[in-house]
Amino acid sequence: MASQAPVFQVRHHFENAEQQKDASTVGMWLFLVTEIMFFGGLFLAYFVYRQWYPEAFASASGKTNLLIGAFNTTVLICSSLTMALAVHYAQLGKKNLIVLFLILTLLLGGAFLGVKAYEYHDKWVHHEVPGANFECEGCVDPGHTSLFFALYFGMTGLHATHMIVGAVILLYLIWQAKKGAYTAKWFTPVEMFGLYWHFVDIVWIFLFPLLYLIDRTKTGFGI
Amino acid sequence: MKKHDILTDTHPGEGPAEHHAEHIVPLPVYFAVFAALIVLTWVTAFVATIDLGRLNVFVALSIAIFKASLVLLFFMHVKYGTRLTKMIVAAGLYWLILLLFIVMQDIWTRNWMGVPGR
Repeated sequence: MASQAPVFQVRHHFENAEQQKDASTVGMWLFLVTEIMFFGGLFLAYFVYRQWYPEAFASASGKTNLLIGAFNTTVLICSSLTMALAVHYAQLGKKNLIVLFLILTLLLGGAFLGVKAYEYHDKWVHHEVPGANFECEGCVDPGHTSLFFALYFGMTGLHATHMIVGAVILLYLIWQAKKGAYTAKWFTPVEMFGLYWHFVDIVWIFLFPLLYLIDRTKTGFGI
Repeated sequence: MKKHDILTDTHPGEGPAEHHAEHIVPLPVYFAVFAALIVLTWVTAFVATIDLGRLNVFVALSIAIFKASLVLLFFMHVKYGTRLTKMIVAAGLYWLILLLFIVMQDIWTRNWMGVPGR
């Protein structure tokens, strides 16, 4: 019933399979370098404004939910582990385990996005979304508190967009893996997607302390 | 045997084709990295609730850089990658450091003179 797996072939412009794979790896890393630039600009904006308005940033950061943020970081790290395991079993050519770990990665990624959606909703309800409905009662500096949340939504939003794109690619990889497209001889798409997924994880590893942990000495884990 | 390098390995029939076998990272390495990432996530969250003054930022960013390095080296296989891959990663990070530090040295020092515009 399943269509037969494609026969692996080295493209004519490569010497051998290894060179072909190295070329894919280099290409993927060059793409990830452009992604560093993409996110880098936002991180720079964050650092500049945090330096200029430290009090507003500290109080705004205290309005995020530390417990949920740390939990979601844990979820994302779990999805990075399952992705690493998917690549590991692709190296060994174990089709069923590739499918299993890709599905687990998708589920954990979905869980992360679900928690993120809950947080966004919470911010919306509390009028913490920058714009006409932004309210900040008792804020010393409402304008720059709003600026923090603009960066919060911009950076986590761009991160979440990458996760959504990743989830779509994962669906395709699961479909292909089920058909037996990936063997120990050729699994480049799984490995290249793994690089992308881990990169997105790294972005979050920096977003978490920068957005959630600025000044927690007064608020602690309190919600 | 010479370590594989795609910059130099362009001559057909030179050396065995399978000389750089796929590097398979042992599972315990993945689990150890995973455990470290989880523990450090909660450590950084708890440390943030303790008042260390200006050290808080330093600790939070140091832990983040360490966690990112673990992901980069082991989950993303950079440790086992070709020299070309390592160079591209290093170039990307170097660019980021230039961007952040060249701008921030202006932002950090702008008010030192007490003169507007200096």
